[in-house]
Amino acid sequence: MAERSFKKEVEHLRLGAGETFRGEGILAITKALLENGVGYVAGYQGAPISHLMDVLADADEILSELGVHFENSASEATAAATLATSVHYPIRGAVTFKSTVGLNVASDALANLASGGVKGGALIIVGEDYGEGSSIMQERSHPFAMKSQVWLLDPRPNLPSIVKAVGDGFALSEASNTPVILQVRIRSCHVLGEFLAKDNVAPGMSVRDALENPTRTPDRIVLPPFSYQHEQEKVTQRAPAAQNFIVERGLNETFGATDAPFGIVLQGGMYNGVIRALQRLGLAAVNGETDVPLYVMNVTYPIVDEEFLRFARGKESLLIVEEGHPAYIEEAMRAILHKAGRGTVIEGKGEERFPEAGELTGQVMYDAIAGYLRDHAGAELPDQGRAPNRPEMPDLKGLAEVVPMRPPSFCVGCPERPIFAATKLVEQELGPHHIAGDIGCHLFSTNAPFDIGATTMGYGLGPASVSALNDPAAKRRSIAFMGDGGFWHNGLNSSIGNAVYNENDGTIVIVDNYYSAATGGQDVLSSRATRKGRVTNNPIARAVQGVGAKWVRQIDRTYDVGGLRDTLRDALTSKKRGPKVIVASSECMLNRQRREKPLAKAAVARGERVLRTRFGVDEDVCTGDHACIRLSGCPSLSLKTLDDPLRDDPVATIDTGCVGCGNCGEVADAAVLCPSFYQADLVQNPGGWERWWDSVRRHISGWLQRRRAARRLEFRS
Amino acid sequence: MTLQGVLPDQGGDLSQGILKIAIMAVGGQGGGVLGGWVADLAMRGGYAVQSTSVAGVAQRTGATIYYIEMAPKAGVAPVFALSPSPGDVDVVVAAELMEAGRAVLRGFVTPDRTVLVASSHRILAVSEKIIPGDGRADQAPAHAALTAASRQLVIGDLEKVAQRAGSVISASLFGALARSGALPFPVEMFEEVIRASGRGVEASLAAFRGALTEEVETPLPETTAGERHVTGPEKLLQEWRALEARIAPWPGPVQEMARAGLEVCVDYLDLRYGGEYLDRVEVFVEKSEILAVAAAKYLARAMCYDDIPRVADLKTRASREQRVRREQEIDAGAVMHVTEYFHPRAEEVISILPRRFGAWVERTGWAKALIGRVFSKGRRVRSDRLGGFVMLWLVAGLGKRRRGMLRHAVEKAHADRLQDMARWAALEGDDPADTDEALAAEILACQRLIKGYSDTHARGLSKFERVIGALPMLERRADAADWLRRLREAALRDEKGEALDGAIATVKTFAERQDG
Repeated sequence: MAERSFKKEVEHLRLGAGETFRGEGILAITKALLENGVGYVAGYQGAPISHLMDVLADADEILSELGVHFENSASEATAAATLATSVHYPIRGAVTFKSTVGLNVASDALANLASGGVKGGALIIVGEDYGEGSSIMQERSHPFAMKSQVWLLDPRPNLPSIVKAVGDGFALSEASNTPVILQVRIRSCHVLGEFLAKDNVAPGMSVRDALENPTRTPDRIVLPPFSYQHEQEKVTQRAPAAQNFIVERGLNETFGATDAPFGIVLQGGMYNGVIRALQRLGLAAVNGETDVPLYVMNVTYPIVDEEFLRFARGKESLLIVEEGHPAYIEEAMRAILHKAGRGTVIEGKGEERFPEAGELTGQVMYDAIAGYLRDHAGAELPDQGRAPNRPEMPDLKGLAEVVPMRPPSFCVGCPERPIFAATKLVEQELGPHHIAGDIGCHLFSTNAPFDIGATTMGYGLGPASVSALNDPAAKRRSIAFMGDGGFWHNGLNSSIGNAVYNENDGTIVIVDNYYSAATGGQDVLSSRATRKGRVTNNPIARAVQGVGAKWVRQIDRTYDVGGLRDTLRDALTSKKRGPKVIVASSECMLNRQRREKPLAKAAVARGERVLRTRFGVDEDVCTGDHACIRLSGCPSLSLKTLDDPLRDDPVATIDTGCVGCGNCGEVADAAVLCPSFYQADLVQNPGGWERWWDSVRRHISGWLQRRRAARRLEFRS
Repeated sequence: MTLQGVLPDQGGDLSQGILKIAIMAVGGQGGGVLGGWVADLAMRGGYAVQSTSVAGVAQRTGATIYYIEMAPKAGVAPVFALSPSPGDVDVVVAAELMEAGRAVLRGFVTPDRTVLVASSHRILAVSEKIIPGDGRADQAPAHAALTAASRQLVIGDLEKVAQRAGSVISASLFGALARSGALPFPVEMFEEVIRASGRGVEASLAAFRGALTEEVETPLPETTAGERHVTGPEKLLQEWRALEARIAPWPGPVQEMARAGLEVCVDYLDLRYGGEYLDRVEVFVEKSEILAVAAAKYLARAMCYDDIPRVADLKTRASREQRVRREQEIDAGAVMHVTEYFHPRAEEVISILPRRFGAWVERTGWAKALIGRVFSKGRRVRSDRLGGFVMLWLVAGLGKRRRGMLRHAVEKAHADRLQDMARWAALEGDDPADTDEALAAEILACQRLIKGYSDTHARGLSKFERVIGALPMLERRADAADWLRRLREAALRDEKGEALDGAIATVKTFAERQDG
């Protein structure tokens, strides 16, 4: 773990009753787990829940004091399976991952867990990566809860509500013997707020107690005849128990007037958005107080029919605020009202109000709610807000033409960039290939300047996704990329093992940057760092050979663009059957800088000799073709205009953000581009002899320079 | 809004008591740090505050947005929104010019209420940088839109302010935010926040104060028509003055360009070469100014082609070492290692052989292969070491003998051809009605397509030939110059010349239509 240290955040976990916790939503959840006597925590990192894992990874001391087991799961499936501990033992367990991708991976274990049910509270905290800034396919977590009959919490997005939901979730889980999913959206995870802390509570039963006193209840095992029994239990016992609990504890909330003929039903997570729309309409105060009737579903599954019908009583119409497609809640509510013989008009998704799909942004929310209240609450259009006396916006056509797209890309000095430069070069030689991408930073290759990669099918499934593109008679082979994170998550078996077994002739490039980098630099099995309680330094190449791959090449410096290109060429032209696996390893530059920069600084301060390397471009040698940028794309490689009337095009330039990885120079060399690049090493704290020799050689070269200068004209401004 | 008969009229937008601030940045610029500072400021000022972001953990270079809401503390905690809405943002802080533009496009900056604090510097997007020509976005529409769309605009090169202070842009943006007066907190409180942050406090404060007080408005680009100085042996200076005298009577702009061309030609080879350059340009001086300037500019570039001795010369000059030290922030006295990344191909090596010998090697398979084998690998030359420096210095010395080299013969023929084509178009058409000075200028400007070394040079040359190859189709057309310019611009749009293929196809269709 080199990304960052969470020592400061760890201290927040020690806060006691009456103290104010201040921090991110996801850290509030972490603290709440400890306050609720959790016995074990596991999970798989990913935005937006990485920090939960990272902070606990740095909190060994607190965890061991309380007797809480913590581990970094190999995948979301592992994480969900970890909850099996709560099947037979009354131990509270929590796992976390990002959704919906995490729930996809976890669904096998989750379905089995849900079948037998749990004794100890089982909480699955999912970080919903949906809407603006999301990096995954846009789907809902909701149907996972429906199909497996687990309960889904979607609390109001403020720290006290989220923290309360953790305790409610455990209690609900125990009251209904059912795992509970706690859903938090990306902005709620990153929201900065505060709540009143409570003391941490050690688990009543620890995992050690369980190990030493094993028990089993055979009817919890998912095998006939019990599996049939489980299915019945879910609907006859667990769901009613949950619904009773939800009503008794008042997990859902109602606000506003009780006698109005209209009302709004919303997911808890939508509360702030709804209130903002009402505030702008003059119908809610800054503190959220409103007379508009609201039914806030902090539990979005199961729906409590009677509670909903109670809210709907006397209402001619209801607006359902539900994010994402399909509209499961709206459909369920229409059915409930229909069964109850109510004629209440339901408004929700559709042309008039909310769009069928997509994020419920501020504007969408405002338009839908204003429209609904206008049509169903007899509201007049506000003179402010909707049709304000706002000055005309200027014509923005010219602006729209010049503002460039700015998708995320590789960092300065990223060791993955040269891998794609080499791929581009080998394609220039051998022609275009079918190339599959995977999940991870390396997927940025699909953007300019590389434009490499056709599909991404899931974590560790890059090579699996070219399985069918395998024909020994074909003149070209496929190329598939996969990161070290994906490799250990799923790739070893689903991608490499599959390719070996089915004799897939494609080339597989495993991009090994020593970390699960895209999720925040967590360690994986092959990480080079050593860490107490974790076993690392397991080479990927050995694992690949272990499942039978014969053609395996290990590259230890990805910046060697020429070497990589040659290896890729060998792989693509080899006569050998079976996958050609290239493990391309270099440390993630972001993490490396975090690790090395302070060390170098300290060494300089101690007076040790330290080199500081940066690259540069000779502006008078560069001709402004920018071929280097098309093969590198490094953020520190940019353009500048020269003060030279003979030049039309800007030349390349490297800013001081350069970390000296050397990729630009290597690319210029491998692609035979131009001699503009140079590497400049500043020798910090040089020795006496080195200083003396430097002055001697500068004397000599200076003499040669002066000699030539004296025989020609020199021009200066 | 009133809900008739049901709810009382509470009047107006009740969220106006909430101050809404969006920070637009490029990942890695420290937008999160700035967001943290603003939140801390609000807390110190007795406000309830909430900040959110959607920044992924490791996405460093994409556009990011941080959002903060605050309101004076009162009894029950306020309910804040988690993301900005168009038309409902009070303050936008943008850490880069086009990100400010993006905020305007997304509707976050509106003339009725938004204070826009923006840095005017550019971080070029990949799409701008990969164009073989100049793909940088025009900044004028952005500046105009920022002014028109905001209620108040505080703009300046805050990146420069930060760099001068040895800090990063979050600090200077914070200063500009204080300067805008958009937040209800005194300047001292801003400084307290920086002090409490604990890292690089002094530099941050310097950048903060710089942005707070300095003149940060973007100055207009300076026109540097500064005096040029020439030094050297008296004999050479005399010859130089004779050359200067030749261009003295030429019209101002032509003279200016010819002076630049002359300098580079003399610097490239010798004074005689400068004379040859003026001979070439002279032909066009009587013509339109546009043509004469184009001739002065592009004939100089055609004559000063890039070859191995030139590169070695540029890399061994004292001025170069000074520039490297300046750019890399290395003091004059410090020990510096410089490694040059070279990879000449066999073709470049053969091209500096004496003309006949070089031609023989090119014809002779085994000799070429031998040179190819020797130069198949890139060379890393340590130009700070004596061995490396002396080698480059000696290679640079070969430049004096260019006239006898194989490459020179090729390039001279090219310059002759360029000059002749332009002359033919401008001066020596069969019919005076056919003379097209604008076309001649555009022909000369096609030299812009030839740049770079090795493959890049070969690709540029082939684009040049394809563009010039379209000339017969354009003959006697009134818009020939315009079309040639369009073809050249198309050629500069992408690497492979796909845009050029399309443009040539268009020219073909109308040429055929005319013929038919």
